[in-house]
Amino acid sequence: MNDPTIAALFIFVLASFAGFEVINKVPPTLHTPLMSGANAISGIAVLGAIVIAGDTHTTVTTILGAIAIVLATINVVGGFLVTDRMLQMFKKKEVKA
Amino acid sequence: MIGSSLAAIAAPTASAGLENLVGNGIQIGYLISACLFFVGIKRLGSPATARQGNTISSVAMLLAIVVTLLDFQVVNYVTILGCIAIGSAIGAVMAQRVEMTAMPQLVGLFNGLGGAASALVAIGELWRHFGTSDVPDTGSMVSILLGVLIGGVTLSGSLIAFAKLQGTLPGAPMTFPFQQAFNAALLVSFLVGSGLLLTDSLNQSMFLGTIAISLVLGVMFVLPIGGGDMPVVISLLNSLSGLAASAAGFVVGNSMLIIAGALVGASGIILTVIMCKGMNRSLTNVLFAAFGSGETGGATAGASGGGVQKPVKTVDPEEGAMMLGYARSVVIVPGYGMAVAQAQHAVRELSDQLDRLGVEVRYAIHPVAGRMPGHMNVLLAEANVPYDRLYDMEDINPQFEQTDVALVIGANDVVNPAARTAKDSPIYGMPILEADRAKHTIVIKRSLGTGFAGVQNELFFGDKTMMMFGSAKDMLSKLVSEVKEL
Repeated sequence: MNDPTIAALFIFVLASFAGFEVINKVPPTLHTPLMSGANAISGIAVLGAIVIAGDTHTTVTTILGAIAIVLATINVVGGFLVTDRMLQMFKKKEVKA
Repeated sequence: MIGSSLAAIAAPTASAGLENLVGNGIQIGYLISACLFFVGIKRLGSPATARQGNTISSVAMLLAIVVTLLDFQVVNYVTILGCIAIGSAIGAVMAQRVEMTAMPQLVGLFNGLGGAASALVAIGELWRHFGTSDVPDTGSMVSILLGVLIGGVTLSGSLIAFAKLQGTLPGAPMTFPFQQAFNAALLVSFLVGSGLLLTDSLNQSMFLGTIAISLVLGVMFVLPIGGGDMPVVISLLNSLSGLAASAAGFVVGNSMLIIAGALVGASGIILTVIMCKGMNRSLTNVLFAAFGSGETGGATAGASGGGVQKPVKTVDPEEGAMMLGYARSVVIVPGYGMAVAQAQHAVRELSDQLDRLGVEVRYAIHPVAGRMPGHMNVLLAEANVPYDRLYDMEDINPQFEQTDVALVIGANDVVNPAARTAKDSPIYGMPILEADRAKHTIVIKRSLGTGFAGVQNELFFGDKTMMMFGSAKDMLSKLVSEVKEL
């Protein structure tokens, strides 16, 4: 194992702990929005896709990267919009109630 | 990682300075973006701030993407921006068009796409090494293999979950002899293949083999899990899609990917645990027991087989409307049947009519009712039911005894009193909504059929229970028109 991998491991573990702390109490009403919002965030893979698609040395890599960008952007854009649609419904009622 | 192409053209010293500047700028941008993600998801945890939280997360994502585009390594902008435009358009259309009842499928599908993207990043990175023939170090190779495994399982597992939720595949668990052994063999072959790749990283066919195995593993993982356990599966796949992104982050050495992925992984695991608790079953039991396959429930259904002959009281909409209209308090217990019949608007209409008559209407929501975490909440929100009327299991259960009528709509296992009493029942110990403790219980259901767990529901045969057989939507509209007459 090289140093960058170990450093990355530190980031991963600490971010996971922070994630657990930030989320740990969520009311059931928000379970679906939390899930679909988090799901949109998992489309962060688009960054990795941009990095490998941007590298023009290997055609296959560029193509795989391009496909990955499309898939990840669907996830990101669709995920955030659908979450917003859901939360809009929750909000509307809040005013009424 | 940064800037090989530009460095070659520009004067060495000037380019090094600029590179450093942009490189640091990128990292600072990532840091801000990571903080925004945490703030965003934190706000998503409270109803008042949730929408703002989602907006903050999306801004964080936009920032991260823009910052990444500044990377010197990125050169062919036309392709990249084109792909982003295509993806955004497809995603936006899907998000606009989807029915709220189809939300579990959509979340499942999006999960799969995220997993696929992460796996492709890992694959693409190794392919770059195939092109240049420089061998990746062990750390990178392990990351690549993890990215392929987690991403692949997320993709194919999500697609199977999607097919099951959409009804393309039967929702019942699909099992075959020696399934566990077969899966174990798959996993072992993946590990062996990975081991060989660690010694000979540039073995293309071996790498393609491990990709294929990952995809098959995902299929095998979800096939034996039944529809009623989908809330667990969907949350677990959500978690996996985050871990896949983290793995991709290890592969390309991008801390932003690692952080955001870990955040998603954590949130998915929290939901998974909540869902498992809601069923009082362990995660391993959900994943490997092929629960609800009939074999599990068969024995018990047989044991209480006499139950089928027990007398059942039925009630017609007219009488049901009278019971509801003249009650002081009504608790509505929605289940998956309401989602299938898309009856949430009819439910809302009924409760409006009851409001008019001065009946206190509340909703009791079981944590695993439906096919994804919070499924019932979303549907009722769509139908404009105020969310302060929705009660969690712990809050509503003590109140059933003072409730005049509990109206169960398309729910089954989550109101089965056998979970309290029958030690031999597969659902024994599962926390339930105690609808049987209300003074009267009306159950709207298509038949006396067993629920997902394959267990006969003794609530249907209770002295205080009346059945209304029919589709939730039809029965509710009839109830609404009868209540209007009162």
